Amino acid sequence: MMRALEHEGVDVLFGYPGGSIMPTYDALYDHKKTLNHILVRHEQGAVHAAQGYARVSGKVGCAIVTSGPGATNTVTGIADAMIDSTPMVVICGQVGVAMLGTDAFQEVDVVGITSPVSKWSYQIRRPEDVAWAVARAFYIAKSGRPGPVVLDFAKNAQTGLVEYEPAQVDFIRSYEPEPDVNMTDIERAAKMINNSVKPFVLVGQGVELGNATEELRTLLEKADLPCGTTFLGLSAIPSDHPLNMGILGMHGNLGPNVMTNQCDLLIAIGMRFDDRVTGNLATYAKQAKIIHFDIDRAEFNKNVPVDLKVWGNCKETLAAVTKLVDEAKHTAWIEGFKPYAEKEYEKVIDKALHPTEGPLLMGEVIRKVSEAAENKGIMVTDVGQNQLMACRYFKFTQKRSVVTSGGLGTMGFGLPAAIGATFGAPDRTVCLFVGDGGLQMTIQELGTIMEQGAPVKIILLNNNFLGNVRQWQEMFFAHRYSFTPMLNPDYELIAKGYGIPAKTVIERKDLDAAIAEMLATPGPYLLQCAIKEEDNVLPMTPPGANIDEMLLEL
Amino acid sequence: MEQDTSTKLYTFLIYSENVPGLLSQITAVFTRRQVNIESLNVCASSTPGAHKYTVTAYCDERMARILTSQVEKRIEVLQAHFYTDDELFINETALFKLSTPAMMKNREVSSLVRSYDARIIEVNSTYSVVEITGFTDEIIELFDKLQKLDCVLQFVRSGRICITKSRVEHLDEYLAVREAKRQAKK
Repeated sequence: MMRALEHEGVDVLFGYPGGSIMPTYDALYDHKKTLNHILVRHEQGAVHAAQGYARVSGKVGCAIVTSGPGATNTVTGIADAMIDSTPMVVICGQVGVAMLGTDAFQEVDVVGITSPVSKWSYQIRRPEDVAWAVARAFYIAKSGRPGPVVLDFAKNAQTGLVEYEPAQVDFIRSYEPEPDVNMTDIERAAKMINNSVKPFVLVGQGVELGNATEELRTLLEKADLPCGTTFLGLSAIPSDHPLNMGILGMHGNLGPNVMTNQCDLLIAIGMRFDDRVTGNLATYAKQAKIIHFDIDRAEFNKNVPVDLKVWGNCKETLAAVTKLVDEAKHTAWIEGFKPYAEKEYEKVIDKALHPTEGPLLMGEVIRKVSEAAENKGIMVTDVGQNQLMACRYFKFTQKRSVVTSGGLGTMGFGLPAAIGATFGAPDRTVCLFVGDGGLQMTIQELGTIMEQGAPVKIILLNNNFLGNVRQWQEMFFAHRYSFTPMLNPDYELIAKGYGIPAKTVIERKDLDAAIAEMLATPGPYLLQCAIKEEDNVLPMTPPGANIDEMLLEL
Repeated sequence: MEQDTSTKLYTFLIYSENVPGLLSQITAVFTRRQVNIESLNVCASSTPGAHKYTVTAYCDERMARILTSQVEKRIEVLQAHFYTDDELFINETALFKLSTPAMMKNREVSSLVRSYDARIIEVNSTYSVVEITGFTDEIIELFDKLQKLDCVLQFVRSGRICITKSRVEHLDEYLAVREAKRQAKK
């Protein structure tokens, strides 16, 4: 197993030992020089860290845990990686085959549990199969639409002795990760783009997963196509690019959402029309022709019927389309986004970024951190208001800078994912925005940060509430704050217990200096910001409403 | 794209590699989308190494497309297609275990069996076994009639089996293309 992992180029493993994986951990002891094992404090931390590592590095994240509870603790991270297309291999110990099905100690049906939430789940029952299974696992995890793979590693397969023969898998008969580009579709797409007067591009994570940020940019600039991004696609194009009109969806920007329902051609690239992006499907972009570029054929016509499917790796398909599109200018159409941007700035953004009185707001903290990191940092978020605000106000100049739980919305994702990001991109500044709720869901990983000295800059946006649920209670449940107020511990004291420098900011005037100190301090740092308790994320399209009907104020 | 929005019985023909655990993956695709499987047949296909799943379910065309593409997305599934009845040669087998004394007492039972072209394949003093091959509807019709005569001890239907009317063998074509790709990779 160790040699097979080395053969796949694995350099970091996040894991937690236990009974059924002990033979593998014993082997790991001899491979410490090549396989840097990071001991987490809970198996959920291992998978989220592997996800964070994979997102920023583009490599396959790897987690290793024991059987039974060790394996079940990884399920959330596996499901998260599945819906957010994150390449990951999770190796779980399993009891020996002679014990399978006997309700043995720490035995659980891992393949049965993980199959529905993984790209591939396989039980290794014989030592002869290890090299093959590992090669196949990595090939599946990283090819096509990436995703999580589970290897359920029976104990007898760990202890049995066989001669190691490196295995290579780059073909599976029943699995077609990347088709050849269909030039007829490319020609049709180019023609539709050339004929469009009001084109609008939706940029998803697929652009980064396909390493196609340059290809995207070239296409946008040649045909003068304005775009909006999903949360996961945020860093696929620089935030300040003149054709980047902002964020799509429920808490996105006004212009992109309104113009989705005014364009004559919608060009979706590597995105899956999530309900948080589309709002009410019955009224979504009904006036427009739709082209969908995706590598996953099952995404076509899943939520939104499209006029043209372009199946393939967008690195190839975008380049091919770009050759055929005319150089164009859509100046008047693009100008049309401006009034919406100005309106949103006046009603929402200015207030969120430049308050002059009252408690700190999330938006101002996030923007200041982003700017202090020269807009070159990696943004890791937890889930909730911290995430929505971070996605709105963090700015991006570099690709692979977004680590957030988009599809599954996993609270507790942030802290371990940020640890993984520091290993995946050791030369970059990793800024974690996390709420007081989510931090406590995986707070044990402060121990991992302590042990590794992982340079995570933790910005704790503390509003003493489960903020996003509270906002929905305010808006849709008549202010009935059912179990969302929360009594918090002294986070500075907790950080101190883990030897992590920490500071709390209450006054606006102290914010700049505190952020500067955080970024100047080598290693990890916890900056707690006392946030206005009932701060709301705006604008917002209420769930199920039409996407162009955003509320700018309550 | 014009789609049939009515709910009807679709037949899904799914070909996969012969690996353990795939059946539950396939059925999970249906159940997760609230589609009940009406019948299911799994067996080796004419292509060595490939297994064939014949699944019937009521849904609309849009859902049939989604189910097909989601099934095909599973790594070890070779191909999945959906069909309406007019695109298929369809068959189903059923077995009845009937009470011989009841049959002796009421001659209507054996005349009913004959009228449906069913075959009696075993007779002893306790029970008789009747086999019928045909369409689901007529099999159920026969069952309902026999049930009213109070003679049925056991009844079982096989679930639909079918082959396509198409002159094109999609699986063979697919495998040929894939084999060419494998050779090209080498």
